[in-house]
Amino acid sequence: MSVEQEQTERTIRCLVAKVGLDGHDRGAHVIARALRDAGFEVIYSGLHRAPDEVVQAAVQEDVDVVGISILSGAHNTLVPKILDGLKEYDAFDDRLILVGGIVPDDDQEELRGQGVDEIFGPGASMEEMIDYIHENAPER
Amino acid sequence: MSDLVADLLAGKHSALARVITKIENRSPGYREIISDLHQHTGTADVIGVTGSPGAGKSTLVDKVAATYREQGLTVGVIAIDPSSPFSGGAVLGDRIRMASNAGDMDMFFRSMSARGSLGGLSTATTDAVTALDAFGKDKIIVETVGAGQNEVDIVRTADTVAVLVPPGSGDDVQMLKAGILEIGDVFVVNKADLDGADRTVQQLREMLQGQSGRPNSGHHGATELAGDSDDAATDDADAVDDETETWDPPIVETVANRGEGVEDFLNTLADHGEYLDRTGRREGQARERFAAEIRTLLREDANELLVDELDRRGGIEQYVDAVIERHTDPYTVVDEVLAPLRECLDEPRDGS
Repeated sequence: MSVEQEQTERTIRCLVAKVGLDGHDRGAHVIARALRDAGFEVIYSGLHRAPDEVVQAAVQEDVDVVGISILSGAHNTLVPKILDGLKEYDAFDDRLILVGGIVPDDDQEELRGQGVDEIFGPGASMEEMIDYIHENAPER
Repeated sequence: MSDLVADLLAGKHSALARVITKIENRSPGYREIISDLHQHTGTADVIGVTGSPGAGKSTLVDKVAATYREQGLTVGVIAIDPSSPFSGGAVLGDRIRMASNAGDMDMFFRSMSARGSLGGLSTATTDAVTALDAFGKDKIIVETVGAGQNEVDIVRTADTVAVLVPPGSGDDVQMLKAGILEIGDVFVVNKADLDGADRTVQQLREMLQGQSGRPNSGHHGATELAGDSDDAATDDADAVDDETETWDPPIVETVANRGEGVEDFLNTLADHGEYLDRTGRREGQARERFAAEIRTLLREDANELLVDELDRRGGIEQYVDAVIERHTDPYTVVDEVLAPLRECLDEPRDGS
């Protein structure tokens, strides 16, 4: 409305996406809830999403953070497809791309090279992730 | 015109998404954006879908959107979920039900959180509908949990309002108090394969018939459209006199997750659309909506001006102190604060 209301702190929006043939969503649920409790708006994709569905959600919801949860080991196939899709719709640069799950060290380097901002493996704490998002959420 | 507006009008999805973000955040410049977009609107059909949590709104909306897409129409959906009053955060899960439209970019689905807002949600929703309309969507669906004034205001942005009632949702008194009977143009008993669906339909019909106070209540009772019957046409086709033609909210039975009854529901929506056009009510509704919007904006902006003025006068606390001390009273305070404004408005103006 007015100047005053326009300058209130904006709400960070996060997509929590389960992609591919991976039915393990308890972690994603826990993370969705933790992000909600941290005051973020969380869009949960549901299970078994194809990369283009994740892209569709990330673009349309205009999220600040795209969180991709993969425990199936297919990250080398699925993550690049999502990154390409985001670039295609001009929705890559101003978005934080996070991957959560089991990603071997060698693959981590590769994913980072492709544009993933951070990877959270087993043992990563919620605080760590929330702090990271607060510090690195893109300016818009 | 800003680049963002140009990109949106050119059909760029990320621009549409960003405009809605600006609307939600009330970011600097969002008002200019809406002003620029307004002249490009007026072509979309806006449908409101409301009902209690778990009634099947998202699932029905998914099927409806998919059917529209099959007909070659573009669709925009705004799904509103509550936010936590404690953290301000929210989990927006309506997307999960959008399985029939996965990966289809011309089906634009956007989740919005209520953000515990101060009645600003209906403004944000109206503006988001404006953005989708200007983008060129043929059908816009606004989906919200139906309880309370805020939601009623939200669905008022729609040309046609569908109210979902799941079977076994309490007795008829529950329906009375929720205020849902007044806002519905179409009633949908979803999950019609469950026990108690017939009873719910019957109760609903009785309630609708008993509503003498309904502004556009008619002379024939609510028409039930059975889930899979072919004679699903409404009985207002024989209405001749446009002046007195009224709309009796039909009751449709659906089983949304199996897609049953969706066709009937769409026909009913189309019937209502034709009714609005035939009677000129669509224009009337638009006039009412714009009038309400202007009033809301005036109220909010004037309120802001007065908040600033109060700050300039040293804040509201000193007035509160004076009122507590019985040196003055709230009415006198208001008169005092508003006096300069009144004088200003009373001054003779050019041409008057």
